[in-house]
Amino acid sequence: MNGRFMLDGQPVMFEEGQTILQAAKAAGHYIPSLCWHPDFPPHGSCKLCIVKVGGRHVSSCALQAKDGMEIESNTPEINGERRALLQMLFVEGNHFCPSCEKSGNCELQAQAYELEMTSARFNYFFPVRPVDASHPDILLDFNRCIFCELCVRASRDIDGKSIFALTNRGIHKHLVVNAESGRLGDTDFSALDRAASICPVGVILPKRVGFAVPIGERIYDEKPISLVSMEKER
Amino acid sequence: MQDLDACVMDVLARHGRDPTRLLQILIELQDVLGHLSPPCLTRVAEGLSLPRSRVEGVAGFYSFLHAEPVGRYRIHFSDNITDRMLGAPALMETLCRKLWIEPGKVSEDGLVSVTTTSCTGMCDQGPALLVNGRAITRLDHHRVNEIAELVRQSVPLDAWPAAFFMIDDNIRRRDALLGASFEPGSALKAAISQGRADWLEQMRLSNLRGRGGAGFTTAVKWQSCRDAQGKDKVVVCNADEGEPGTFKDRVLLTRFAEQVFEGMTLAAWATGASLGLLYLRGEYRYLTTPLRAVLDKRRQAGLLGKDILGETGFNFDIDIHLGAGAYVCGEETALLESLEGKRGTPRIRPPFPVTVGYLGRPTVVNNVETLAKTTLIALEGGAAFAATGTPQSTGTKLLSVSGDCAFPGIYEYPFGVAIERVLEDCGASDAQMVQVGGASGVTIAGYEFHRRVAFEDVPSAGAFMVFDSSRDAFEIAHNFVDFFAHESCGFCTPCRIGTSLLKGYMDKLAQGFGAKMDLADIEWINRLLRNASHCGLGTTAPNPVVDTLIKFRPAYERRLKSLDFEPAFDLDAALDTARRMTGRDDAGAHLNGEASAREAQR
Repeated sequence: MNGRFMLDGQPVMFEEGQTILQAAKAAGHYIPSLCWHPDFPPHGSCKLCIVKVGGRHVSSCALQAKDGMEIESNTPEINGERRALLQMLFVEGNHFCPSCEKSGNCELQAQAYELEMTSARFNYFFPVRPVDASHPDILLDFNRCIFCELCVRASRDIDGKSIFALTNRGIHKHLVVNAESGRLGDTDFSALDRAASICPVGVILPKRVGFAVPIGERIYDEKPISLVSMEKER
Repeated sequence: MQDLDACVMDVLARHGRDPTRLLQILIELQDVLGHLSPPCLTRVAEGLSLPRSRVEGVAGFYSFLHAEPVGRYRIHFSDNITDRMLGAPALMETLCRKLWIEPGKVSEDGLVSVTTTSCTGMCDQGPALLVNGRAITRLDHHRVNEIAELVRQSVPLDAWPAAFFMIDDNIRRRDALLGASFEPGSALKAAISQGRADWLEQMRLSNLRGRGGAGFTTAVKWQSCRDAQGKDKVVVCNADEGEPGTFKDRVLLTRFAEQVFEGMTLAAWATGASLGLLYLRGEYRYLTTPLRAVLDKRRQAGLLGKDILGETGFNFDIDIHLGAGAYVCGEETALLESLEGKRGTPRIRPPFPVTVGYLGRPTVVNNVETLAKTTLIALEGGAAFAATGTPQSTGTKLLSVSGDCAFPGIYEYPFGVAIERVLEDCGASDAQMVQVGGASGVTIAGYEFHRRVAFEDVPSAGAFMVFDSSRDAFEIAHNFVDFFAHESCGFCTPCRIGTSLLKGYMDKLAQGFGAKMDLADIEWINRLLRNASHCGLGTTAPNPVVDTLIKFRPAYERRLKSLDFEPAFDLDAALDTARRMTGRDDAGAHLNGEASAREAQR
């Protein structure tokens, strides 16, 4: 059943089966997200897309739109919570933007600008996460992983290789690759895999092209992520 | 390698090379091999035609599965607050000293490792530990010394004194369920004679609500599953009793297993399910053998299997799945993932398990106590059941009482019982606070002891931990925060990072470095956990801190320095390495020493 909901006081039409996030974006209203990707089913882990429906927090990427819903998204309260979630992600890993070759193309960094995050607020965890340079074409820098599982999903569901998976749990959760040695070089991973180009942050990096486009001329250096994301999906 | 191959092949064959049995396979392999080495995981993956990465992901998720070599004796002290209050930390220290090992590390000869684990469900007879998965309760210095000696002499566990492994039921108050004599099959006979539809109607009349904590109406769940599209429906009994301070399901499975299995069969009768699964927490593994014996008995009596009690087409059987140390698997969708042999990560809901559950089949997930109670409804009728308790919380509730009281154990009361009544009955004369419903429950202060245990007032999954006036509310909340940080599955951002951040703040306060600003940060993290978490673990994780901050605020404030900001680290202590490297320890080598004082004057 098609219908209409109210998003921050504005009517949004939706089609049967659309989630809140899909319908909002289709109607030109941006909702921040990290683990959501138009080519995959919703994952619902980053929680950046939280909205309030009838006073209750829900993940807008996962909840199907219903007629008559009253939704709050772009409010100081929700954006404050989204900012805090970003701060959590920043202190959890080791994110040194000025020296990161993904700077300017990184969705985490872009969301931090979008949501006006000016400090990390919480104590850094400084986890020890060694890099893996064993593959001839790809470098893995686990320091920047935000556990969106896009590489896990892309490699499993599109490439059919299951190169990546998560192990352990809680704050000790981490990415592993499909090899007894634990080295990417010992897998059949290819730089042409869908998983090789899907990382929203700087974990999966093609070698030898890190600074082919200079910092300052990159995607989110030109435009905020809210605009880029809406243009891409149009 | 021949050994490893043979071992893996043997275990895989026993499980029919079924990938949904992955967790069971890993548990059994570890029993034989000691730990799950990288080559072992590779062979399991090959044997099941699964990606190796997925097998490694599952093996790494569960606390009781080990990727690294562990001691031949693996000792886990239960780390619940009730065990701690009974002296567990000192006992663990003693044991480590006697065995010449550090906590959390394996002895150099590979003989033994000693560490802590989340609540093992023995709070009424603590302090408790698990040795190679088997529970030993009522620890004291004498018993710990004996254990050290047995380990040092490498005495096999089967030759340890049987008294060590005795587990008491401690049933202190019996009511409708615990007081009734039960003839196996009688409830089923009654329900079959009523017919499926009328039986479900009796369930509806009873207004029975889930005893696992959420309080969802059982009949609604059953009806949704019955009406759901899809064949091969499933009934799951959630016996992953991980909530700290809860042990009622352990007693039900020990003494009332017939009622629990009959309840599962009653659910199958109502929903048309053909498969039953009991998910048993790893800590209760010792119950597997007696439970399987009960299942066999029921099969022989025609209460399980084909054409149950002669009713043509009523086919239902039950299997037991073991957990391996993951509290989050008590969440029903995480439990289903775990049953499927995956990481116990909660799913997105909706769809709910009643429509898309175990392997995509419509599935009812009920708590142990809920299922046992359905036998009473079958025998006495829904209206009679609804006559006890309160209108919104019908029937009785089992409480697991522990902590500072004379008579810890199981108490069955009609719903609506006042907290002060329970305190009186269990001999708690000096109670300062009660934690009802476990770590994720409600903290009740003295001025609220008139409140009642019921879904509409103080809901409870069954835990009832009593704390007397000598206890410190901050330390209790701190213990629970540690628990949640350890048990977070790590799927969603707020819970994965928020529970660990919260632990960091509580540690900082405990060390005396707290500042007012930290309390503000704690409240902010609490709010994020509650609002943004993916499942109930995250949304309830801040409860003990939220409640104690309101009701026992002085316990926090006296730990604060009066400053607005205080760093979490000691700047001068951070110079210690430099001092040791340079061999200096004069005043000039200290930040607060004379030199820096002169510096400041200049």
